[in-house]
Amino acid sequence: MKKTIGNIFVGLMYLILYLPLLVMVVFSFNAGSSTSVFKGLSFKWYVELFTNSTDVGVPVRNTLILAVVSAVIATVIGTAAAVYIYYVRSKLWKNTLNTVTNIPMMNPDIVTGVSLMLLFVFVGRLVGAVNSLNFFTLLIAHITFNIPYVILNVLPKLNQTDPHLAEAAQDLGSTPTESFFRVVLPAIMPGVTSGFMMAFTLSLDDFIISYYTTGTDFQTLPLYIFNMVKKPVKPHIYALYSIIFLLVLAVLLFTNISGMKDKKEKK
Amino acid sequence: MKKILSVMLVILMAAVPLTFTACGANAAIEEPRAVYTRDYAGTTLNVFNWGVYISDGSEGTLNVNKAFENLTGIHVNYTTFESNEAMYAKLKSGAVSYDVIIPSDYMIERLISEDMIQPLDFSKLTNYDLIDDSYKGVFYDPDNRYSVPYNVGMVGLIYNTTMVEGTPDSWAVMWDEKYADQILTFDNPRDAFAIAQFLIGVDVNSENKADWDAAADKLKEQNKVLQGRVMDQVFAKMEGGNAAIAPYYAGDYLVMVENNEDLAFCYPKEGTNIFMDAACVPKNAQNYEAAMLYINFLMEPEVALANAEYICYASPNTAVINNPEYEYYENEILYPAPEDMPVTEYFHDIDPEIRSYYEKLWESVLLAD
Repeated sequence: MKKTIGNIFVGLMYLILYLPLLVMVVFSFNAGSSTSVFKGLSFKWYVELFTNSTDVGVPVRNTLILAVVSAVIATVIGTAAAVYIYYVRSKLWKNTLNTVTNIPMMNPDIVTGVSLMLLFVFVGRLVGAVNSLNFFTLLIAHITFNIPYVILNVLPKLNQTDPHLAEAAQDLGSTPTESFFRVVLPAIMPGVTSGFMMAFTLSLDDFIISYYTTGTDFQTLPLYIFNMVKKPVKPHIYALYSIIFLLVLAVLLFTNISGMKDKKEKK
Repeated sequence: MKKILSVMLVILMAAVPLTFTACGANAAIEEPRAVYTRDYAGTTLNVFNWGVYISDGSEGTLNVNKAFENLTGIHVNYTTFESNEAMYAKLKSGAVSYDVIIPSDYMIERLISEDMIQPLDFSKLTNYDLIDDSYKGVFYDPDNRYSVPYNVGMVGLIYNTTMVEGTPDSWAVMWDEKYADQILTFDNPRDAFAIAQFLIGVDVNSENKADWDAAADKLKEQNKVLQGRVMDQVFAKMEGGNAAIAPYYAGDYLVMVENNEDLAFCYPKEGTNIFMDAACVPKNAQNYEAAMLYINFLMEPEVALANAEYICYASPNTAVINNPEYEYYENEILYPAPEDMPVTEYFHDIDPEIRSYYEKLWESVLLAD
């Protein structure tokens, strides 16, 4: 009895989570252009997405370039910051750093977005730039909000490693740099990669901060779609999202299956 | 290891859209009417337009921006906005410089009064003679110095014939209790107020607070019959038969009726809002000459036709209106005959004090039950 109730509950939960996605995937195969009337199966929106150059390619490419570049830079900076925080001796200083790291995460996006824009416009005026908002301001904004998430992923991994590991490596004759890259970094690699993945996803998703910090030359996919408020979203966007969803699903399945294999091998 | 692999997969994912290429796209016009110099090849033009407001090459249509790039060698940076106000905020911040913007009538009036846009060089806009004279000298630009009309539209009443009795001809049907919970209205104050203002017979551009109070009272009466306030959701609701009555733009009705034959349309007898979106050049534009080429290009018969068929709004371009091959040639909804022409009223730029007054009233309407 208890088990059936549990199963029904879990079933309902997954239904609510996945039904919207399913509806979107179904309507991406709609022969018509409506979001409520299904006019028969068709692949035409997928064909359109890949063969015909609708301008949707540009915002998609922009979003992915931004996500990859900002995640890479944020991962480098964030990992370095986490290592520094880890080796800080003063308790007070360490706690201060941790709190300062957490504040941007708790800060509502709109506050971060507006304050970054104000800063960029202020600096732009100082140096007399024509376009004080551009791709680089958007990139800096994305790196900024990504860094705390990387630090948060790397620090716990550092805390798990033996603090004497780096010292041992140096005792055995490596330089401090070598000991970091050959001993410490491999030990915290899982934290670094999950930090990267998180930064990548957050950047991919972000609307509010991008809204305030983007300029004339670089529009991301979330902004592009938001600006369609007066007209219905075109079904090729559903096709695009269905592809993104399937790719994400593939990545997750792949990591989980290979993860299971790794565990078996260890046993 | 597996995480590194998944990172690689992410990067692979990033490579997928790079395959969206221009092959097979319709990216050239056959016979340009004007002459387009390639003197500005290699420069960049920043264009700022409404979302989904240019023919972009989908479903075999002309890709206007690509065609312009191919013709002139100028790179087009095309970005979009969702409302006149969002566009204004971006421009006012002074942080960005656009070369061509396409706002609506009342916003152009405000931009001119605040000295934010500059006169156009009409000696270079050789296609300007194609614009219908009735769209020249409109209130926001009486001397035709700052703007070139791009699109025109009117608001009308869309209803589902299986759910609504007879043929409504008045905004009053949006207050009819027979259709309680079946009525939709605009989710922005200016458009929603306008309907009540037309119905009770006050000026939509009134500077008199009492007029706005009266309209707000009328809107509060409507709350009990409303299903919701919507913008683009109106497409799904009306096409799916989930609502009986909604006001929206005439051109968008033509899209909806393709998906649901039961829908019908009328211009209410009390009058309705007309709008015009027009191309302008901001004061701080960096590439004025290329902007002139672009605006001239938008008036090309082939380009204007592609845009008119893609956006489905009425075109101010005579080369489109008089073209028998145009999908909406002599369409009585987009281009009503003079005797069927509804009473129309443009929105004007309203005094900031009145604007904040009606915005407060709007909040009270939303909160009233």
